[in-house]
Amino acid sequence: MSENSEAPFRPMAVLLEPRPRPIGLPDVGLPKLTMTHCYWLAVAALLVAGVAHAQAPAAPAQEALSAAPATPLSVIIKWLPFLLKGFVFNIVISLMAMALGTVSGVLLGLGQISQNALIRRTSWFVTQFFRNSPWLVLLFFAMFMIPFEFHVFGLRIPLPDWFKAIIGFALPVMANVAELLRGAIRSLPSGQWEAAESLAFSRTKTIWGIILPQCVKRMLPPWMNLYSLITMATVLASIVGVGEMLTLTAQVHAAEGGRPELFAPLYGFAMVCFFLYCYPISKLTQRLERRFNVKT
Amino acid sequence: MAKPLIGTPAVAPWTPDQPIISIVDVRKAFGAFEVLKGVSLDVRKGEAICIIGPSGSGKSTLIRCINALVDVNSGSILVENQEVNDPRLDKLKLRRKVGMVFQQYNLFPHKTALQNVMMAPINVLKQDKKEVEERARALLAKVRLTGKENSYPGELSGGQQQRVAIARSLAMRPDIMLFDEVTAALDPETVKEVLVTIRELAEEGMTCLLVTHEMKFARDVADHIYFTDKGVIVEHAPPEEFFANPKDERTRTFLGQIL
Ligand SMILES: Nc1ncnc2c1ncn2[C@@H]1O[C@H](COP(=O)(O)OP(=O)(O)O)[C@@H](O)[C@H]1O
Ligand SMILES: [Mg+2]
Repeated sequence: MSENSEAPFRPMAVLLEPRPRPIGLPDVGLPKLTMTHCYWLAVAALLVAGVAHAQAPAAPAQEALSAAPATPLSVIIKWLPFLLKGFVFNIVISLMAMALGTVSGVLLGLGQISQNALIRRTSWFVTQFFRNSPWLVLLFFAMFMIPFEFHVFGLRIPLPDWFKAIIGFALPVMANVAELLRGAIRSLPSGQWEAAESLAFSRTKTIWGIILPQCVKRMLPPWMNLYSLITMATVLASIVGVGEMLTLTAQVHAAEGGRPELFAPLYGFAMVCFFLYCYPISKLTQRLERRFNVKT
Repeated sequence: MAKPLIGTPAVAPWTPDQPIISIVDVRKAFGAFEVLKGVSLDVRKGEAICIIGPSGSGKSTLIRCINALVDVNSGSILVENQEVNDPRLDKLKLRRKVGMVFQQYNLFPHKTALQNVMMAPINVLKQDKKEVEERARALLAKVRLTGKENSYPGELSGGQQQRVAIARSLAMRPDIMLFDEVTAALDPETVKEVLVTIRELAEEGMTCLLVTHEMKFARDVADHIYFTDKGVIVEHAPPEEFFANPKDERTRTFLGQIL
């Protein structure tokens, strides 16, 4: 990534000029992408694109001279660091939302099995409410209900949009994790509770020492699945003006004159990035599911 | 609840000449369905008591009352003179004294055999880890599972799992052990290894309360046999007498079917 971020500066590109590789290499890789081993070819395509970009110092100069419109590829290459920065932002939002949502979701899920009826019902209601709301609505909810700053002990703490977006995405994660946890707890045989009880475990010790550790394994595959979904949903943040990849892609498109033929390549590039990130996760999820099924 | 308790729940210290468990007229209903209809039963220290009876007669419910896994509706259950049917009961304290082994073993699948045995003494009794580990290894050796310390329950046979469960319960150094049909889920060839372990325990003087369908085992090991049917104790007697001339028609029918 650090190599790539250097790339748009021309001096750097000039330094790399002597290497005689053709610029068309990624085009060879792309048709195969849809056929077989699309994942690794796509990785290769992206790497080659980076290299090719570094080796294409002549393109901007040519463009300046002839004023001929840039090819979609050269546009992507030109804006690659900018776009990837946006993508990293998507990942950061997804990771933080997942972390926040998981912690609060576990608490909410435990609330649903609380012995206190009020806590139990409240947790149930909160879970159902956030689980059955469209994610975009929850995002709006977070963006417009949370103040842009708040004060604690005379300190002014600003809440930037991206932070509110994290909360917006953490809400559905929370509700879904709570539900996953409730399901996992219910799927454990009641004998586990009874064995712990008969060994004089308190309820808290039973939950933390015996029930939750067994739920982790059961929850891991659906939890990873949820992570993939939330990662892909982070592009919704573009609607509320957070500078993530889709927002930046639109900006690039506009900066390049909004040419219609650039639309598909630019957004296709965003798609490839998400695919490359989420596909391995879904593969791993499947593998875990298979392994856990065999074992238990 | 039924027994009025005055002042603090402090009880007269239990002495070995008194029953270690004394159950008097216990009733329990699940909804409208009465499972225990006034059951009384005494166990003395060091005794092995077998409860037999047709399935659904309330045997499991009865022994679960003793360690307060099930709350009863009325009646009195004294364990070492401590009233169990009392809302102020310290259940955790009671359960340290009363171990229980289940039909389905209920080992913790995410822990090894050794960890299963060590868990409660460390987490609940806050005992020293090193000392507990020594004891746990000794207990696993006692139930003939040396070499299986690091196996997970999923890697053990039913009989082995059940013996780990017995060791796990013994690690709490209970005064009383409850066994609820612990061989009912086992393959015939592994039943024996578990029964041998229980018999040794009983012979060492552990107070045992067993629900079982193993008549031969009951005849050999039990000091006293209780026969339950539809929530009542139909009759009880020492094993020789119980098997030689059962008095009640229901007992005779049951023994006729099972023997
Ligand atoms: N938690 C429960 N809720 C409702 N009914 C129960 C419950 N536990 C046991 N029962 C019922 O009580 C009856 C006696 O059960 P149990 O004590 O397990 O009998 P046994 O161990 O002699 O087979 C059965 O009919 C069973 O369905
Ligand atoms: Mg039973």
